[in-house]
Amino acid sequence: MATAVQPVVERETYLNSDYGLKSWLLTKDHKRIALLYLMSITAMFWLGGFFAMLIRLELLTPAGDLVSSDTYNKLFTMHGITMVFFFLIPSVPAVIGNFVIPLMIGAKDLAFPRLNLLSWYLYMIGACMALYGFLFGGIDTGWTFYTPFSTSYSNTHVVTVAVGIFVVGFSSIFTGLNFIVTIHRMRAPGLTWSRLPLFCWSNYAASLIMVLGTPVIAITLLLVAFERLFHIGVFNPALGGDPLLFQHLFWFYSHPAVYIMILPGMGVISEVITCYSRKRAFGYEFVALASIAIAVLGFLVWAHHMFVAGISMYSALVFSLLTYFVAIPSAVKVFNWTATMYKGSVRYDTPMLYAWGFIGLFTLGGLTGVFLASIGVDVHVTDTYFVVAHFHYVMVGGMVLAYLAGLHFWWPKITGKMYPEPPAKLSALLVFVGFNLTFFPQFILGYMGMPRRYHAYPPEFQVLNVLSTAGASVLAVGYVLPMIYFLWSLRYGKDAGPNPWHAVGLEWMTPSPPPTHNFDETPVVTWEAYDYEHQPQEEITVGH
Amino acid sequence: MATSTEIQAAERSFQHHFASMEQQRDTATFGMWMFLLTEIMFFGGLFCSYLVYRHTYYTAFVEGSQKMNIILGAINTAVLICSSLSMAMGVRAAQMGKPKLMVILLLITILFGFGFLGIKAVEYHEHWTNHEFPGPNFHFETGDPAHPPTDPTHTEIYFGLYWAMTGLHALHMVIGIGLVTWLVLAGMRGAYSPIYYSPVENVGLYWHFVDLVWIYLFPLLYLISHKHAG
Repeated sequence: MATAVQPVVERETYLNSDYGLKSWLLTKDHKRIALLYLMSITAMFWLGGFFAMLIRLELLTPAGDLVSSDTYNKLFTMHGITMVFFFLIPSVPAVIGNFVIPLMIGAKDLAFPRLNLLSWYLYMIGACMALYGFLFGGIDTGWTFYTPFSTSYSNTHVVTVAVGIFVVGFSSIFTGLNFIVTIHRMRAPGLTWSRLPLFCWSNYAASLIMVLGTPVIAITLLLVAFERLFHIGVFNPALGGDPLLFQHLFWFYSHPAVYIMILPGMGVISEVITCYSRKRAFGYEFVALASIAIAVLGFLVWAHHMFVAGISMYSALVFSLLTYFVAIPSAVKVFNWTATMYKGSVRYDTPMLYAWGFIGLFTLGGLTGVFLASIGVDVHVTDTYFVVAHFHYVMVGGMVLAYLAGLHFWWPKITGKMYPEPPAKLSALLVFVGFNLTFFPQFILGYMGMPRRYHAYPPEFQVLNVLSTAGASVLAVGYVLPMIYFLWSLRYGKDAGPNPWHAVGLEWMTPSPPPTHNFDETPVVTWEAYDYEHQPQEEITVGH
Repeated sequence: MATSTEIQAAERSFQHHFASMEQQRDTATFGMWMFLLTEIMFFGGLFCSYLVYRHTYYTAFVEGSQKMNIILGAINTAVLICSSLSMAMGVRAAQMGKPKLMVILLLITILFGFGFLGIKAVEYHEHWTNHEFPGPNFHFETGDPAHPPTDPTHTEIYFGLYWAMTGLHALHMVIGIGLVTWLVLAGMRGAYSPIYYSPVENVGLYWHFVDLVWIYLFPLLYLISHKHAG
């Protein structure tokens, strides 16, 4: 009788604890909300990618033949707004951070689960308003909404989209607020700040920016809407209003916002590099504090976007100097990641490939940022493709690669299934090659003087533009592949087990997918972060 | 000391992802302070614009602020300070376990809140009928034929800021009244006790914050530019 077959009782996880649409739309579980975010931002990513595809197709030939210049203005505006506000800002924090942070700190949930759900609904409301604006006429102000064009001249859906971004801003504020309070108040016993995973540190730093910066863009866009609706005159030069004030207020948020878009990605890289090098993060304290330093310095550099806008020479000098300072904590991180790999037992799994891509591309993007911080170079390349390439090296080469690294790294934890390794490695390669082919020519184009935001260009720029468009097609294949094999793995993937990478970190000490309450018993932490030296060096067999 | 119904009510409000009631309370209060920080940054954008334009168009701001009704503004300031007092006493009553007193004090707070909005509406009506509202119908006269307005368009910016700042403040008042009403309804059901009163405390924080914004708005818009310096 002892050998009788045990009936297979399915373990209860957050995925099968309840069924039906209502159990998802009214969930307070941070893991389910993370999946809601994953689906919504993926949709927005493809929408933004669609606009980018049309832009690249138009630029295939020198003549403005595919779309009119008005349509082109709308395309790059909608591409920017979709990607910045509806994909990059929520990408790592709202999807991966939402899922992983409570697990990493041994908590049952975020501090405010209902607020977390509300922030997803705000995201959806904002996204719907923006989509309404896109569908019924579009918007052509550029994602920067510069006045007075946006307030007095543009005949597109500025108010609808601006209010949509206002609403989605509150979604971001509430996520940041939730993270800060959670990391302060919900850590498991023994998990001190100096034992906190670097992913939590960098999301904490990004949350500080979300909480302090986002309200400023909210009021600024509200004033733009008031200007259009009630003509309050604040940004209208005809009444004596000052368009430069708009730029100051806009960049006061939107420059720190690029650190919202990169810091959480840096956190992913810290987790991935340590795991696949099987070493403690080199200079843990420095990497952690570099995140905070980036967040603080990020608030002091905004006017480097305005060097040619007519600000005083002396303030330009100060902002240029402060911008150089940002390079220091960024370099601290890059050096410490490479030092972590030194003499580590390095493995070549897909997340690690993405992490290497991140380090290379972020370094290139960051260093060209130093070029742009020097006023002389900036005056030469302002509003050229050099700036476009720099921005995309940091945002796509940096954040999107980090997001993909994180998705691959935690996919086994999120779904309990392994993704297939060979196509994943192929996609990492395609993304890296496609990305460089798309954006490296743009550095040269910008240096040669091709201005951004035009749908036609002189014929001598065509070769580089064709290269760029070809690269974009490769990049698109690299993005489509993960969509396919991630979905495939849901059904056919091997079971992952609780810890396929033999990683340390509390999130790997609970089953995959985790139960609704994350941990059956609240863990007590008695070890340092990334304690790989005291981990048995087991051969990783899953995923090959 | 806590009665069994109080303990039951507190248990109903306990969320299970917290380890203890104290942790839940600390967390909620911390969250509220963080939210108020975002509110400071939100109004900060407006105060920043105000400072820039007051510096650039000082005479226009003087002319604009002479149209403010200082008496009504001062009464409103007093009304708001009184509402903060009743709010603070309401929080104390909840803490001491006197739910009936708390409900009465919160109702008084609501009354003061409506009083503020009523007086503000009278002021708004005055400005509206005088065409002191930005837009195509904006019209501005100093009221002194010997001193025609220096530049009415700059005064329009003053009124634009006036409406935006006081309007957003009034919107916060409306939200505050809604929140206090929610507290009153829950308080009448006996939801709050010395063991569990953090919603009362946190709405109180919000109320005091909105009050504080007005404490800055009143001197900036009504008082400091009222007379030419020198």
